[in-house]
Amino acid sequence: MAMRAWLLDPAPASRRQARLGGWFRAWLAFRRNTLGMVGLAIVLLLLAVAAFAPLIADPASALTQTLENRLQPATWAHPFGTDELGRDILVRVMFGARITLTIVVLVSLIVVPIGLAIGLPAGYFGGWIDAALMRVTDIFLAFPRLVLALAFAAALGPGIENAVIAIALTAWPPYARLARAETMTRRRSEFIQAAELQGASHLRIISTQIVPLCMPSVIIRLTLDMAGIILTAAGLGFLGLGAQPPSPEWGAMVSTGREVLLDQWWVATIPGLAIFVTSLGFNLLGDGLRDVSSGRG
Amino acid sequence: MARRVAASLRRLGALLFSVVLTFLGLTCVTFAIGRFMPIDPVIAIVGDKASQETYDRVYRELGLHEPVIVQYGNYLARIAQGEFGNSVMTARPVLEDLVRVFPATIELAALALVIGVVFGIPAGVIAATNRGRWPDQVMRFLSLVGYSMPVFWLGLVGLLLFYAKLGWVEGPGRLDVMYDDIVAPVTGMLTIDALLAGEDEVFANALGHLVLPASILGFLSLAYVARMTRSFMLEQLEQEYILAALAKGLSPWRVVWVHALGNIWVQLVTVIALTFGSLLEGAVLTETVFAWPGLGLYMKNSLFAADLNAVLGGTLLIGAIYILLNMLSDLVYALVDPRARDQG
Repeated sequence: MAMRAWLLDPAPASRRQARLGGWFRAWLAFRRNTLGMVGLAIVLLLLAVAAFAPLIADPASALTQTLENRLQPATWAHPFGTDELGRDILVRVMFGARITLTIVVLVSLIVVPIGLAIGLPAGYFGGWIDAALMRVTDIFLAFPRLVLALAFAAALGPGIENAVIAIALTAWPPYARLARAETMTRRRSEFIQAAELQGASHLRIISTQIVPLCMPSVIIRLTLDMAGIILTAAGLGFLGLGAQPPSPEWGAMVSTGREVLLDQWWVATIPGLAIFVTSLGFNLLGDGLRDVSSGRG
Repeated sequence: MARRVAASLRRLGALLFSVVLTFLGLTCVTFAIGRFMPIDPVIAIVGDKASQETYDRVYRELGLHEPVIVQYGNYLARIAQGEFGNSVMTARPVLEDLVRVFPATIELAALALVIGVVFGIPAGVIAATNRGRWPDQVMRFLSLVGYSMPVFWLGLVGLLLFYAKLGWVEGPGRLDVMYDDIVAPVTGMLTIDALLAGEDEVFANALGHLVLPASILGFLSLAYVARMTRSFMLEQLEQEYILAALAKGLSPWRVVWVHALGNIWVQLVTVIALTFGSLLEGAVLTETVFAWPGLGLYMKNSLFAADLNAVLGGTLLIGAIYILLNMLSDLVYALVDPRARDQG
């Protein structure tokens, strides 16, 4: 209780107390958002599954073929049944979570820096720099994402790394726009002018004053984008342009299950369900976060 | 008046300029993809057993000895003439292939769009007028479900349920084999062609094949249309003219569906145009699932035949439509919305 009072103190005594208090208030607001909490639970579950998969099941069993067990319906030994090569679908879905997470993390690590690198100078300096950078952004924004990712994946060859590059190349423009908009609203603030008067360089102002202020909206946008990234990656996998067999990538699993869909429905359905639930989790979480940040609880 | 015309022309000029620039950007990307392709274009033509002489000759014929910028210029010139090269897979000009397969995609995307708009707009309006109450929550959840749905998986589940188990719809493809070649292609859209020819049975069969993939794509666009409608409507409902209209004694129904909705249709046109673009994209996956012989399936098959001309041709076509739709919605905005019209 004392902790709570300390966090909610209207007059925090230190910077750390103020910051932790701010986060705690945001958490209290977020906690009331039921759908957002459901999303958070799903995302946490995904993280846990990805982290602990090797402890729960032997990594080799996601790939080992046991043909006498092929296409088994759900049993206690195989809660989601087995696929056309006798591999346990639950184990494969669990290891697939690691692939999905790898893809979204890698894409985020590429698109956020690119988006910031384009959007921050555009918003900060304005003028022709802004016009030129935003023109480039608009060009990329006007591209059909999946089709372009498809063409890239086709040119670079199928594979998870190329799928990541293809998705990242088409996913950065919204971050550039966001960073620009956020920068423009802060550009004339007094604390920026104060920093300028103290002789801080442009680079220093951007990196220490503006970037931290952009981050909340970038993170919310990223959470909302996760679903799109997961779906595009799964789509590429489904078409055979993402992760290659025998890797337990969810989209590729749906694709192989397609051949036995009518008789052994679970082979395609379960990994598809995993894609859906994961995307939904990120969407619910992002939606909840956005509500909290825009103050409509 | 003259100033206004001049301003409009300037805006139109700027718009055209940005469209041309965007299109050039698109061609840069497709050109670059064509160059980065790990497959040697010369070997693709002459085979790896050809002599060095033949190789060099074809290398020159393809213009690969020229500087990259000249090659790009030649590439643009060829595109301007509608020359996308020949497809390796079908041994026909890519443009001819595209023209042949495109109507199937248009048919699918158009019906999906109709479904999305007819259900999406009312859903969005109802959500906005019930803000925070259960219809709004249900709508919000449903549209998040739409955003999170892998379309290829939904297609497979739909086939399993409505075709294999319930038998309510026809299976993959556009038509049962027995109905093939009965109606002469006019528009290339089978349902319309069948109606034109007065072949009711063919029409019923074609519609039976069309309805499931179109509904699945339609559900995804519904999610987007409903969500955008909701936020546009919320903006309108907060305005004072709504209060004034209500105070004047107009029925709330009329105020919402006529006055408020009437003020957002320009924004809705933009949303619908963008939705159509994303439907063309979604078609790649849906067509693969439903063996629908349109642009998406064509591109997918070309991908696996390493038929780069066909893939890039399809990318250019979808990209160009995307860009044109963007321009069109900007144009509508500029023409109908006085706020946008009188600026600049």
